[in-house]
Amino acid sequence: MKLGFLVDLNLCMGCKGCEIACKVENEVPLSSWRLRVKYVDIGTFPETKRTFTPLRCNHCEDAPCERICPVSALHYMDNGIVNIDKERCIGCAGCVMACPYGAIYIDPETNTADKCTYCAHRVSSGLMPACVVACPVEANIFGDIEDPTSAISKYIMEHDVKVRKPEKGTHPKHYYAGGGDVNLNPLASVREEGHQLFNNITHLEHIGGH
Amino acid sequence: MVEHTIPATNAVVTLDVALPGIVWGWMITMNMWAKSIGTGVLFLGYYLSKRYSEDFAKLKLGTIVISLIFIHLFLLFTVLDLHQMFRFWHIFAYPHWTSAITVGAWIVSVLVGVLFVMAWAKLTNKDELFNKLFVIAIILAIPVTLYTAGIMSEATARELWQMPTEMVQMMLAATLTGSATLLLLGHGKLSDDAKRDLAVILGLSAFSAFLLYMGEYIFGNMKAEELQATLAYIQSGGEYASMFWLGQSIAYIVPVVLVLLSINSKSYGILPLASVSAIAGLWIVKHVWLIIPQLIPMS
Ligand code: SF4
Ligand code: SF4
Repeated sequence: MKLGFLVDLNLCMGCKGCEIACKVENEVPLSSWRLRVKYVDIGTFPETKRTFTPLRCNHCEDAPCERICPVSALHYMDNGIVNIDKERCIGCAGCVMACPYGAIYIDPETNTADKCTYCAHRVSSGLMPACVVACPVEANIFGDIEDPTSAISKYIMEHDVKVRKPEKGTHPKHYYAGGGDVNLNPLASVREEGHQLFNNITHLEHIGGH
Repeated sequence: MVEHTIPATNAVVTLDVALPGIVWGWMITMNMWAKSIGTGVLFLGYYLSKRYSEDFAKLKLGTIVISLIFIHLFLLFTVLDLHQMFRFWHIFAYPHWTSAITVGAWIVSVLVGVLFVMAWAKLTNKDELFNKLFVIAIILAIPVTLYTAGIMSEATARELWQMPTEMVQMMLAATLTGSATLLLLGHGKLSDDAKRDLAVILGLSAFSAFLLYMGEYIFGNMKAEELQATLAYIQSGGEYASMFWLGQSIAYIVPVVLVLLSINSKSYGILPLASVSAIAGLWIVKHVWLIIPQLIPMS
């Protein structure tokens, strides 16, 4: 079994339901995100368009975060999830340096690394990840990519799907349908000061300093 | 490259949070800088012990003490930088051997033990034991010098930190600061021949490291788009561009010029200046190289 995720960007309407569901389910502290929906505006007025891209850990098959972790706090589960043991993590931030997707962060409350776990705790009880349940348009499709009859496998077969930064050799298990460079490549868009919808983001101080 | 599509798409991020900012900061710079000195004095001390044994006899204890101080400084900043520093022992209790961090931590622990025994052997005049341990210390100092390059290479997200360039840079940083430190330590004690040799090593290390940085500076743009975006922080002006050139000048250009002047005139009085310049400049060079890949957005 290898669990994977697919987001159909043609369906996503940027409501951030998944983001909020994830925050609540996993008690993700202020100023940290396991999953966030990035908005990128394209075009020139009046020909403009807003794109929405949910970004989370890709549960890479060759995960650089797992490889660099000195204490195996990051580890593979049998179902393909790259999980984290926060009790073991020493907070070296090697994984933060290694993840090519910016998917992992140091939790300011526990001072340990944290990231999306595909809701491993829910999956082990036979539930869907919280973000999948919350999505009003069923843009998030989750399942076993080794089972050709699963919804995600069928979706992959029927659509042109992409992964983020395939050149990194990480073999992500998170796919996007309907995505292009603008959605998936952070260098294909600019980040301008003052052009964020929300500019005053509260950042928590890490306990103990840096 | 993909950023060249921006004028066509006019793509602007309008809602996202820049994650995660600079995570490895000045403490990691201190780590790399102090380690270069800690292992560098061992390499150059060993060279002196083979070629100028009488000169080295005067620096024996000093070399080991400096190595111990700087390796402990390196360890101190490594541990201080951990967000959970009191769990440091997990590296020994739950080692994960694919991680260069683990491999390095174990080897450096053995090296520290060997250095303490060497200091004891020197103090109790056990020369034979000292010399035997010196060989072991050198063998261990090689991976200790290089493993940070392994960590940087395992940091897949940062295109700038590549093997084998980083590995060579780590070794050059060690020979640069090692020769500089011994020139300072042995200023009034070393023979002119020993000083000249150390000066040549200092100059060659500085020149080679400078060439590698320039190679990356000029040709890096032609490799990967992430590398191009990273190098823009030192090519398009601004704080890091100034720091980059300041570091290159102080760490490499000034020492090379001073070493050339000194060797040509056979007068070694200016070598301490070249040494201080190299040691101070290396900190800046390492810092810029550490920070700039952390400035580009990853997602
Ligand atoms: S996306 Fe990043 S955090 Fe997730 S498995 Fe891959 S490397 Fe690790
Ligand atoms: S911060 Fe924690 S999870 Fe990340 S590499 Fe270090 S020990 Fe592993």
